[in-house]
Amino acid sequence: MQSVENKEKVNKKGQRLVSADYILFEAPREKHFMTGSEAVKEAVKRASVDASVSYPITPQSEAAHLIGELWAEGYVGVYFRGENEFGVMSEVAGAAMAGARVITTTSGPGTLRAFENFPMWSGTRIPVQLVLMARGVNAPLSIQPDNLEVDFLLDTGCMIWYAENVQELFDMIIAGFAVAEQPDVHVPVITAVDGFFVSHTREAIYLPPDDIALEPYNPYKSPMPVIDAEVPPGRFLRDPFVMKSNYISYATHASWQWEVRSAIERSRPYAKHYLKGLIEEFGDKDGDVVFVACGTAASQAKEATRVLLDKGIAAKVVKLKTIRPFPVEEVLEATKNAKYIFVPEFNVVGWLERELRKVLYKKSNAEIIGTPRVAGGMTMPTEVVVKEVLENIK
Amino acid sequence: MSFKIYKVNEALRDVVPQEVIDLEEKATWGDPKRSVMQIPTHKELLEEHSLCAGCPEAAAIRYILASLPNPEDTIIVNSTGCTSLVFPHISLHTVHSLFGNQNSVASGIKRVLEYRFPDKVKDVVVLAGDGATVDIGLDYTLQSFFRQEKITTICFDNEVYANTGGQESGLTPKGHVFKMAPKGKQFEKVPMWQLAIDSGCHYVARLTVSSPKRVEKVIKEAIYVAREVGPTYVHLYTPCILEIGLNSDDGLEEMRARDKERFKFFEYKTPEAEEVLAKYKEEGLL
Repeated sequence: MQSVENKEKVNKKGQRLVSADYILFEAPREKHFMTGSEAVKEAVKRASVDASVSYPITPQSEAAHLIGELWAEGYVGVYFRGENEFGVMSEVAGAAMAGARVITTTSGPGTLRAFENFPMWSGTRIPVQLVLMARGVNAPLSIQPDNLEVDFLLDTGCMIWYAENVQELFDMIIAGFAVAEQPDVHVPVITAVDGFFVSHTREAIYLPPDDIALEPYNPYKSPMPVIDAEVPPGRFLRDPFVMKSNYISYATHASWQWEVRSAIERSRPYAKHYLKGLIEEFGDKDGDVVFVACGTAASQAKEATRVLLDKGIAAKVVKLKTIRPFPVEEVLEATKNAKYIFVPEFNVVGWLERELRKVLYKKSNAEIIGTPRVAGGMTMPTEVVVKEVLENIK
Repeated sequence: MSFKIYKVNEALRDVVPQEVIDLEEKATWGDPKRSVMQIPTHKELLEEHSLCAGCPEAAAIRYILASLPNPEDTIIVNSTGCTSLVFPHISLHTVHSLFGNQNSVASGIKRVLEYRFPDKVKDVVVLAGDGATVDIGLDYTLQSFFRQEKITTICFDNEVYANTGGQESGLTPKGHVFKMAPKGKQFEKVPMWQLAIDSGCHYVARLTVSSPKRVEKVIKEAIYVAREVGPTYVHLYTPCILEIGLNSDDGLEEMRARDKERFKFFEYKTPEAEEVLAKYKEEGLL
């Protein structure tokens, strides 16, 4: 019924306002060829974004420039360059508190400079979307792909999604708003991709027409009052300011933190719908060699399954689209016949392996092997993935 | 804008203290001529607030709240410290997010409110201490001035990190002994009012809060100029009587003493600000 009503609604750029379902599943799509940064622009152009604040850091700068161009063209309401990432993440927080649909982008060290903001975002229950083009952190200085910073973000109370390629990045940005803005979710979503491998690589992508846009964000559906002085009740403080030294204060703070985590849990059915599942399986369904991976590590693992098949080894890939919430049930089901589980990753610490071990502990007899692991800008050639498998299976 | 900005829950009305009900019933909304002269009959801040007895900051907040020309459409952004403790005890929209990011949050709020409500006047006011404004948040304070954000920034300068137990701040005068400066502060008090001028503020004032009517005039001017021209900055001396060893009834005397020296009243206005203020004066709002 809502979609019928929305046929009449048009924004000031002449875009017809439609649901996320329509953009993601129903609208006709045409093939294009573009980079991840350009895909961010195309998603923002169709997402009725009210505000964005930018700051230069490789490899996310181009995506941030392109959002600026959309602002100049009138597709985005508020846009400017902030002073540094700490300031930027606070500026978008203010924008979201005042009732805006907000997107911003960052990479590597910028993430860490901004860090204090992320738990503040989730504690403030603002549905900000951060596109993280992972790059690794200093020292030594590196601008190359490496996703160590994702590890640091895991427990900030934000949803963490991981796109494998340009197409998925476009779709996830639209889905990100749809899920994060659900009144019973309403926490930030961090949409991660591997820097350069996705941000700078030109790929085929299927896009809906650009004369449609997502229905605007309705801040009055927020579980928290909007800071626009239009609605009662006026909040004493936007976040639960519970500094009194008594048990009720402590319990309030603790329950608020639990509630943020519960909100992420409640995002599961929405994310399943808009992402068409929290995981994607690829390869031999019954293969006993299983790769669990996210991002471009999954792409490399997919290629490896083809090579392994030629060598007579049945393998499959379980690609995780969401890390928070972690697709626990899906992973247990997808790995139940696994003899070997490989976790290829683009970082030195193996955060995905650690996450997986926690989930599979006492629930799987598979041998979990945290390789191959590359970092600092190294690529992960298919040959390396295959070699690791051949060396580790008996 | 909503005059129902603050409502006591009906189910609790018979058990909450009278002064909480007063915050609803004796609030002053919808009158740009409201003033500090109404403090005896109106209610803007609970008496049982969480600042120390006799704290000049509590007086400052009371004067500021009574002076806001547009409280029903004013958002206050505060920061961590003694200032943040008082905000659960007033009836306006306020935001606390982090320590030092207040001018960034305020920038985001102001720009989005201008975008969402182009035909309405919504004032955004930052209230933060000297640590938040000049030490940890200096970058964000000055950058908001550089960007010409239309917000009013008010700094409560008590010359010390009071809430954390009395450590030296950038606004401590040279030579004063505080924690973390056991040999006395080694460098001069940061001249924040001058930095504000150099960074593009259109109205800057430095004063103590010894005179409520002077505070009112400064606050109103700062807000009107921010509304129409660009950033404004008000630097208030609100001594921490606890940390400088005074009694709870000594605050006023301390401020009066400083009125004659390092907090001698100082005001700066750009020509654009003068023009706006002349207009408001003509309208009888100043």
